Amino acid sequence: MKDVTFGQYYPSHSFVHKMDPRVKILAAIAYIVAVFLVQSYHFVGFAACLLFVLITTAAAKVPFFRVLSSIKAILFFVFLSAVLQLFFHKGGTPLWEGGFITDEGLLSAGFIVARIFLVVLGASLLTLTTSPVELADGIESLLTPLKWIKFPVHEFALIMSIALRFIPTLLDETDRIVKAQKARGADFESGNVFKRAKALIPVLIPLLISSFRRADELADAMDARCYAGSKHRTKYKRMVPTYRDLIGVLVMAALITGVVLINTMLPF
Amino acid sequence: MRIVAENLSYVYSEKSKSLAVQALSGVSVTVESGEFFGIVGKTGSGKSTFVQHLNGLIKVGKDKGKLTVGDFDLTDKRCDYRALRSRVGMVFQYPEYQLFAETVREDVAFGLKNFMPDLGENDMEERIKTALELVGLDYEKIKDKSPFELSGGQKRRVAIAGVIVTRPEILVLDEPAAGLDPKGKREFIALLKRLHEKFVKTVIIVSHDMNLISENCDRAAVFSGGRIVAVGTPKEIFTDNEDILSDGLDLPLTAYVTKRLKEQGIDVNNDLTEEGFISAVALKYGGGK
Repeated sequence: MKDVTFGQYYPSHSFVHKMDPRVKILAAIAYIVAVFLVQSYHFVGFAACLLFVLITTAAAKVPFFRVLSSIKAILFFVFLSAVLQLFFHKGGTPLWEGGFITDEGLLSAGFIVARIFLVVLGASLLTLTTSPVELADGIESLLTPLKWIKFPVHEFALIMSIALRFIPTLLDETDRIVKAQKARGADFESGNVFKRAKALIPVLIPLLISSFRRADELADAMDARCYAGSKHRTKYKRMVPTYRDLIGVLVMAALITGVVLINTMLPF
Repeated sequence: MRIVAENLSYVYSEKSKSLAVQALSGVSVTVESGEFFGIVGKTGSGKSTFVQHLNGLIKVGKDKGKLTVGDFDLTDKRCDYRALRSRVGMVFQYPEYQLFAETVREDVAFGLKNFMPDLGENDMEERIKTALELVGLDYEKIKDKSPFELSGGQKRRVAIAGVIVTRPEILVLDEPAAGLDPKGKREFIALLKRLHEKFVKTVIIVSHDMNLISENCDRAAVFSGGRIVAVGTPKEIFTDNEDILSDGLDLPLTAYVTKRLKEQGIDVNNDLTEEGFISAVALKYGGGK
């Protein structure tokens, strides 16, 4: 249960790690836009995106298998979309006499798979190089304009960082409770779906109760230190864009331009 | 049931090299049936990892040594873990956090229903009653209450009743007295001794509390860095064993006083229980009671 790579920070002191989180979040969005801009069957555009991922991974000094392992979590989803595309794509010529799998179906399945893989790779690069705290800070800063419509931006960011902070704690707690119930003969591995779902009750209820207890304790601890929300709060770590961020912006602009150019220039 | 561990090792996250932690390395120890056995060691010394092997919550890896509990060979892939777990009860730290059912009766019955689904209604009720009364609770008063409306001490007793209800031969407790006040602690230890005398054959207790160990255990093992560095009676462990102190553990009060007296040239040889110490001193100074 502890091998959840999607959303796990990989600490390092690389170029990418030192970038402003706001710029990285925007760059991730720009990257996703670039992936979606790639028009049907222009796999050259995907190659450009993949090249970008590879270069960024190298610049971030993150082992490439760490980036790749984020795909594990969505393999089933990818497989399902590919199969659906294969079987339900209309048009194109069948691959064999009387078969219902067409060449276009195959192409569009490959297209979908490539698109999902690239999006997930890029998104996991963001979370691998940006700590949860930085991410929350970045999102808070990016959402600041929403304060004009009275949206509680700071509180929203706080909720996010607390949720992120408690993921490892909850995983540990789950592990403990699962062991305790296993010692009392609980069986989580056999039986049908309903039986297994029912077997989870002795884990979920204690987990829920302890989460409430933790929330209470945290609220008390924050109260004790006179926490009062966003008013007059300053930051210990200020986000200041540097030359790195300028380079990041330029690279992203180049990527999007490149993809658009490939779309228009390459005949297909 | 006799527990024999031979050269037992365990590594957490063995697959990833950067995160791998050697929790146990070559632990060999035998716990005889009927013993009140203590396990001490600082945090991260491998004691919890070791006891979780005893009922198969952590499985013995390939080429990681041997472990048998009674007739169960835990290195054997076909080992019946369910049967093993019904014979080796395990109480974790803060066991009250495992309570989940609507009534105390239901919660105590959980293990019983899992391990002995064929048990008749009357037998089941009888066992639940015995278990609750053994931990010092009034069955009639408490059985229909929600476990969440009880006091902390009562919750812990209910949780323990939920473990001993299957009548295990070995009871393993991980820091069972953590978070109890001194009175609660004393009552709790009295409860353990009662259980050991009448109900479970072997008690294995993991603790930081050296006084608890020296006072109650027949034998104890000291864990350090995934190894057992000393094993024997409290007297053997806590006398002339400087490496225990250097590992950040305290001596029990009796051992400390005995040692300081010896440094002053006063030799009160005793078994390091409170009573043993007092009678040794009394004997030396001719007072008696």
